[in-house]
Amino acid sequence: MIRVVLPAHLRTLAHVDGEVKLDVEGPATQRSVFDALEARYPMLRGTIRDHVTQQRRAFVRFFAGEQDLSHEGPDAPLPDAVALGAEPFLVVGAMAGGG
Amino acid sequence: MSKVRILVGTRKGAFVLTSDGTRKRWKVSGPHFGGWEIYHVKGSPADPNRLYASQSSGWFGQVIQRSNDGGKTWEPVGNKFVYDGVPGTHLWYDGTPRPWEFARVWHLEPSLTDPDTLYAGIQDAALFRSVDGGQTWQELPGMRGHASAPSWQPGAGGLCLHTIVLDPSHPGRIFIAISAAGVFRSDDAGTTWRPMNRGLKSEQIPDPTAEVGHCVHRIAMHRSRPGVLFMQKHWDVMRSDDAGESWREVSGNLPTDFGFPIDVHAHEPETIYVVPIKSDSEHYPPEGKLRVYRSRTGGNEWEALTKGLPQRNCYVNVLRDAMAVDALDPCGVYFGTTGGQVYASADAGDRWAPIVRDLPSVVSVEVQTLP
Repeated sequence: MIRVVLPAHLRTLAHVDGEVKLDVEGPATQRSVFDALEARYPMLRGTIRDHVTQQRRAFVRFFAGEQDLSHEGPDAPLPDAVALGAEPFLVVGAMAGGG
Repeated sequence: MSKVRILVGTRKGAFVLTSDGTRKRWKVSGPHFGGWEIYHVKGSPADPNRLYASQSSGWFGQVIQRSNDGGKTWEPVGNKFVYDGVPGTHLWYDGTPRPWEFARVWHLEPSLTDPDTLYAGIQDAALFRSVDGGQTWQELPGMRGHASAPSWQPGAGGLCLHTIVLDPSHPGRIFIAISAAGVFRSDDAGTTWRPMNRGLKSEQIPDPTAEVGHCVHRIAMHRSRPGVLFMQKHWDVMRSDDAGESWREVSGNLPTDFGFPIDVHAHEPETIYVVPIKSDSEHYPPEGKLRVYRSRTGGNEWEALTKGLPQRNCYVNVLRDAMAVDALDPCGVYFGTTGGQVYASADAGDRWAPIVRDLPSVVSVEVQTLP
């Protein structure tokens, strides 16, 4: 079981409170986590990664513990602590100020 | 008694303003989608309880929301806008080629007859259509596939397809406008397109009378007379009496012929409204006086409408989709400002009062007249 923490705007969009708990098929990777997340919450498609290229949106970052996973490949294994559910996988809106 | 519902898109959410037909007391609902930019909210003419909203964010991209109950509740629908085929390039500000890239939906235009069919005008400029209530979107590729498209350049707001006008008496006839390409018309439901810019003159471009390349800000039509179009261009207020085939200037005595919105009175097809704005680049009302100008002669002769509008120290802007009229008698006219005010006139513009003063910066205003 993987725990995912979404930024507030995406929690609102998906109508979820707190962490999302996902059962992921196969190895725990960014791709498998987002596939499971988007299957359960289709309205999140395109908001974290691009519909077609599956690339991370430029102003979205991924963290686990104190580790920045934003630049890891989509098929790289996630840290054991995330794969085992000890640590949540954090989806974070970049600190970009804004208007 | 009739009711009026105003759909307001702002930089930080959507608001729904409602009143009975007297238009004296207003109820404000919102913010819906707080924190997101709402470029446009519009209702279906065929089912007024069916609304669509374009919601976007620099962080999380595009979302389309749909309501089946007049804006009380909403559900996200499809947000996948993928260009047909290999997108190719347009020109960037510096004249170099740049690949087409989806940024956001500027304008949603529901079909006049089918609540599940609607059009989306997007940046970078293209026209999309959904026939399943917004669940899936397909590009009408003939628009972006026009031979002139590789030469299109963005306006200050980006290369956006911001205006979609459906002709009620010629099924299949669609007008669109792009900044800064100009007006195009399709007579075959969006399959093929022709530029409709003859008579436009833009001194800022290398060939001021070019077939394509004009920064058209907005076009408007009266339902009863779809062959007559009115245009607010980057400079100049224009008029066409032949469904866009040719245009002539009707700026007349306006204090400045720059501005963004233009709209037509619900019952008087020769009565039109603009909001003159100072430019280049200032983009606030001349002399700090917020004035709507009305022409009862289809242009050329304009009168300033000032009662109830701030006549000093006012430096807001009124954006291209931020003016609309209701269908009551007398006609109500509404507009929103970048300062967060939504002003209403229940007497065709003679007197104005703010409905709300302190919303986030207003991007769009649409009005529904309900039984």
